[in-house]
Amino acid sequence: MSHDARIRHRWISPAAGQALLPMSSTLTSVWILINRLLEWFGDLGLFAWQVMRAAVRRPFEGRELIRQLDEIGSKSLPLVALAGAAIGAVLSLESRSSLVRFGAKSMLPAALVYSIIRETGPIVTGLVVSGRVGAGIGAELGSMKVTEQIDAIEASGVNPFKFLAFTRIVACILMLPLLTLAADFCAVVFGWIAETLVEPVSFLRFINKGFLGASFSDFVAPTLRTAVFGLIIGMIGCFQGMRTQGGTAGVGFSATSSVVLSSLFVILADVVLVKFILVFFS
Amino acid sequence: MMHPEQEVLLGVEESAATPAIESSGGKSDGPAVILRGLHKSFGSQIVLDGIDLTLKNGETLAVLGRSGTGKSVLLKLIIGLQKSDSGSICIHGREINRLHLDAMNEIRKKMGFLFQQAALYDSLTVEQNVAFPLKRHIKMTESEQGDRVKELLAAVGMEGDLKKMPSDLSGGMQKRVGLARALALEPGILLLDEPTAGLDPITAGEIDELILKLQEEHDVASIVVTHDLHSAKTIADRLALLYEGKVLIEGSFQELEKSDDAFVSEFLQRDS
Repeated sequence: MSHDARIRHRWISPAAGQALLPMSSTLTSVWILINRLLEWFGDLGLFAWQVMRAAVRRPFEGRELIRQLDEIGSKSLPLVALAGAAIGAVLSLESRSSLVRFGAKSMLPAALVYSIIRETGPIVTGLVVSGRVGAGIGAELGSMKVTEQIDAIEASGVNPFKFLAFTRIVACILMLPLLTLAADFCAVVFGWIAETLVEPVSFLRFINKGFLGASFSDFVAPTLRTAVFGLIIGMIGCFQGMRTQGGTAGVGFSATSSVVLSSLFVILADVVLVKFILVFFS
Repeated sequence: MMHPEQEVLLGVEESAATPAIESSGGKSDGPAVILRGLHKSFGSQIVLDGIDLTLKNGETLAVLGRSGTGKSVLLKLIIGLQKSDSGSICIHGREINRLHLDAMNEIRKKMGFLFQQAALYDSLTVEQNVAFPLKRHIKMTESEQGDRVKELLAAVGMEGDLKKMPSDLSGGMQKRVGLARALALEPGILLLDEPTAGLDPITAGEIDELILKLQEEHDVASIVVTHDLHSAKTIADRLALLYEGKVLIEGSFQELEKSDDAFVSEFLQRDS
């Protein structure tokens, strides 16, 4: 009997040993989970480094970038606009009943516009795009990975980190603020429509009252923070897609994990960036 | 866990300024490919355990062996898609294991790779697939590019399918297009991963004839990984049989047939 075993034998009764077994297995599971998490962040860091290194080398894949701007930007526009419109209408209806209760009905346009441009527009756009684009990038690159198309790109002397990842990430970064503007616009317009259906008010008057207390910094910083959301969505989508393993199940996993992780990190980044903006831009 | 792409890119780097390969197709006077003591493992599984092979210019070498003996891995090591654990890979006299990515890409431009499942880009048409390497590596006008694509597709009998998507093609047609794409940059070395796998005997025969025709016309050095002994006999000058991660025997088909080794005899009999 080893020294350790003798100690266990002396101090831990068989019943207590049995009771400790589940705890030991839980600790092992937690340890494995932490290891995987650290490994994931490490691989993500390496991936980001490869993309950055590829980004500064010629050729700059302008055509592919334009194609991705269209794919990620133009094709997300209807969904983002629809989500913005729905949020604007719902916010208007919900805020109205609350403000009426406190006798602050006249504050409705300002409350609506302020909440849309400061928070609702950016976060809704971030989450909608992470759903549509994150899944799309994860599934497309995952499928390319398992069918050796990414290997074929590399075998033909083209850097896949630049051709596939960098172009998509840049397209996400550039398109998110523009999509946010579209979402903001639709939300304000549909907020006005919802309001005017209950109590007619001209659009000009609604806008004037809405933007009365808002400054340029209220508008710019929250809109530009969606560029960070774009970086997150593009980076995680490409990373999950390009590390796909296995067959169709692997592709499905990449698509799902891209959406889940990018949505999660968009929300976390929102919390951090809101604080950052409050400190530096308010 | 690190991925093959990352492994290659993170490899210890030689200067990118190493001299470029001279002459057409990257050919030099020495052998096209020299492999020495090549080892590759995946975890505890040893796939290649000291491979020594030489491919001369203009020669076709068929690599045979049981499934899982690392034949496809060997091709991926040669083109730098995976990194060997140890050993040396020389392409036209240049050791690739320590090459910078840009220098490796220069070497890749001189090699054509036909993947087992063709690996055509499924969002691009047949024409765009073949034009892909041309667009990125050769300065030419749109019309010159179009002519070159048509010429390449005509060489593989696919000139009538320019606008089709890969999903509209049969397995044999996809391999033909894959072959046209592999030949786009006029490579000096062609790596073919099971070019006839999954094809009916007639289509497989057509692919063999096509490879022979292209070898005659382009005078490329080829490594063909195959399970198809009939195909290997038709297209290869030399055969190498892998067994337990090593080259068990190497030589002409007749030399292999004369071997006393029990595994060689069984392999040839089973496949014939």
